[in-house]
Amino acid sequence: MNKKHDVLTRLRDSGKVNSILSSVLAILIGLLVGYLVLLILKPRYSLIGFGRILTGGFKTFGDVLWKMTPLLMTGLSVGFAYKTGLFNIGAPGQFLMGTTFALIAALVLKWPWYLCLLVALLAGAFWGFFPGLFKAFFNVNEVITSILLNWIALFLQNYIINLFAGTMVNSYTNMTNALALVNPSAELPKLGIDKLFNNNNLSMGILIAIAFAILAWFILNKTTFGFELKACGANKNAATYAGINAKRNIVLSMVIAGAFAGIAAGLYYLTGTVQLSLGETSALPAVGFNGIPVALLAYCDPIGIIFATFFIAFIQSGGETLDIYYSSQSVTVIISAIIYLSAFALIFKSTIARWLHGGPFLSTRKKKDATKDVKPDTVPPLEAPKDARPLDEASVETSEEKEARS
Amino acid sequence: MTMNKTLKKALTYALWVIIIVAAIVLLLQGTSQTNVINLFSNTLVFAIPLLLVAMGGCTSEHSGIINLALEGIMIFGALTSSLFLHAFVNATSASLFTRQSVVLAAILIAIISGALMSLLLAFASVNLKADQTITGTAINMFTPALFTLVAWAILGQGQTLIKLPNVANWICVSLADVGAADTTNVLLLLLFRKNMLTTWIAIILFILLTFVLYKTKFGLHLRACGENPQAADSVGINVAKTRYAGVLISGALAGLGGLAFTLAAKTSADTSVSGYGFLALAVMIFGNWKPLRILAGSFFFSFLRCLSTMHDSIAVLAKINIPGKVDYLYKMVPYLVTLLVLVFTSKHSQAPKAEGIPYDKGGR
Repeated sequence: MNKKHDVLTRLRDSGKVNSILSSVLAILIGLLVGYLVLLILKPRYSLIGFGRILTGGFKTFGDVLWKMTPLLMTGLSVGFAYKTGLFNIGAPGQFLMGTTFALIAALVLKWPWYLCLLVALLAGAFWGFFPGLFKAFFNVNEVITSILLNWIALFLQNYIINLFAGTMVNSYTNMTNALALVNPSAELPKLGIDKLFNNNNLSMGILIAIAFAILAWFILNKTTFGFELKACGANKNAATYAGINAKRNIVLSMVIAGAFAGIAAGLYYLTGTVQLSLGETSALPAVGFNGIPVALLAYCDPIGIIFATFFIAFIQSGGETLDIYYSSQSVTVIISAIIYLSAFALIFKSTIARWLHGGPFLSTRKKKDATKDVKPDTVPPLEAPKDARPLDEASVETSEEKEARS
Repeated sequence: MTMNKTLKKALTYALWVIIIVAAIVLLLQGTSQTNVINLFSNTLVFAIPLLLVAMGGCTSEHSGIINLALEGIMIFGALTSSLFLHAFVNATSASLFTRQSVVLAAILIAIISGALMSLLLAFASVNLKADQTITGTAINMFTPALFTLVAWAILGQGQTLIKLPNVANWICVSLADVGAADTTNVLLLLLFRKNMLTTWIAIILFILLTFVLYKTKFGLHLRACGENPQAADSVGINVAKTRYAGVLISGALAGLGGLAFTLAAKTSADTSVSGYGFLALAVMIFGNWKPLRILAGSFFFSFLRCLSTMHDSIAVLAKINIPGKVDYLYKMVPYLVTLLVLVFTSKHSQAPKAEGIPYDKGGR
């Protein structure tokens, strides 16, 4: 019994339960907001519509996985930068650059898929390089430069694609040519995944995306470089003081984030089932912005991002069956409510923490000191410091300790 | 000493004016009069939303809150006011007075709804000390989705476009309205090509806001909260209230800007304001958070935007031969210029020092 208690206590104190609970709370409130909007607009259909958002994804599981593919990459892009204390709102621009150059590599240069994917990676990384550079060496806020670069990328994409319109664009549909007709070698291998989930859009892209999530987790948690990145995010000055090159790390973090967003574009367009429509290019790609809720819901943990992406893709896929009653945009309302709530996630977290530790659920600091309300039986047992020794040993100083003191 | 400084400043301004006028004269050589009139009147009409929204962003940032939601608030202002205007879409004959009253009502609706939407930002960033960038992003995602949902619910499934009354004949004060339909007077032609109430109200608001920001006690308090909220609090200024005021003013202006943009650019409102909210942010940075420079910036950016659609009819530009669709390059220039300005003037930036940082009394 004691052991079980220990495990629970440790889980509670690690903060993980806390984070997950506050994300779940954000999701629930977000769903509630979405339901209220449906209820206000058309009360008659609100339950059917809401049901479709929640359960539609089960029927279209293949579509959920397909929607996950680029979203997972943009989520990683935002999350990775956020770990270094940078807010990468530039994912749409990096996605656009990835799209442009991957399509040029595939349709004009007729390269195979892995080279096209590499080009997408490099193009995204290149577009992420600038905000990082300006942040590190000119101290310009990366949010504002990223926003400017998003729009520059949009116009640049239009300009470049129009330059190659003769070879890339089908003049009847005003869309880029299908890969299958021009260069089948640029299509991502399907590996039978499309048959398995009965969705033509699926390919090994989803596997590549998951592999990158694991890679990001490995970099952040198991390498010195990842530790340095996180240290810069936690406290740039302290990191610099500890001998970490903060400027280099800021640039590298943005470059990697950009690369992820570029790959997102590659994985999306190299399946061969979607084409870039020139008419649609007057707006920034939503998948870039949707990386933000994904990353925030998962507290930027790469493995958590996989699950958060699944959730967002799930309600998006369910929401698409909604067009008879409402617009599928109702899912965007839910997503934006979740982002809004994530912006003050810390408040959720502290409330939940207080509740977990037995304090009153919704108390504010003004009323009482929260620590006084903690019930005696739920106080985490005081652990002895790890280096504590019985008294009689304490008098014997080891040679290491002597060194440490001098 | 001060005299010398003022003189120097005046001379610098005069020099800039001369350079700009000379550049415009050179650029417009050989272009027909109609096209020049079109270019200038379009520049004015498209500069107004930029000016309004950039001033809004500026007010909010001077109070210490980064308003990234300008784009979203513009869309919301456009939604509510054009739903109102939509009611008059079939009213072809109405007196000038009735029409202008309707437009004035639409303006008020845009202002109020913009302010209401900005409450979301104010509440999160002042009361909950939330991350302002993320909150702004949420609002930017929320309003276009809400636009679609509301438009579909009211106009029918799939109807995202909200049709407006004829802008040129119904909303604007045309030459026929003042009884000078066949005038050849250049000044009249220029003034009445797109003479909208929003333009005049925007100019009044700009002057008013500049005065309030720099010549009143409230303006001083507002800027104090953006520079050093701890100091402001210590002399008895209510930081929370002042920041609310800053955000609400910016929301009101952005809402109006949304209407002004829709009337300038479209015959029916839709879910996008073509990134004007973000362009306004760029104008604000380009203008270094100062009203007069923001005024200049919004005209400069608007001029470039109009060139991007009219470059074929400007004689000098039509001769330049750049491959591809040059429109996109022109559209890119404002953002590129702002980026360069940001990078090269980051050391002299006049950005409010406490912007983006939630005020915490304990940090005093």
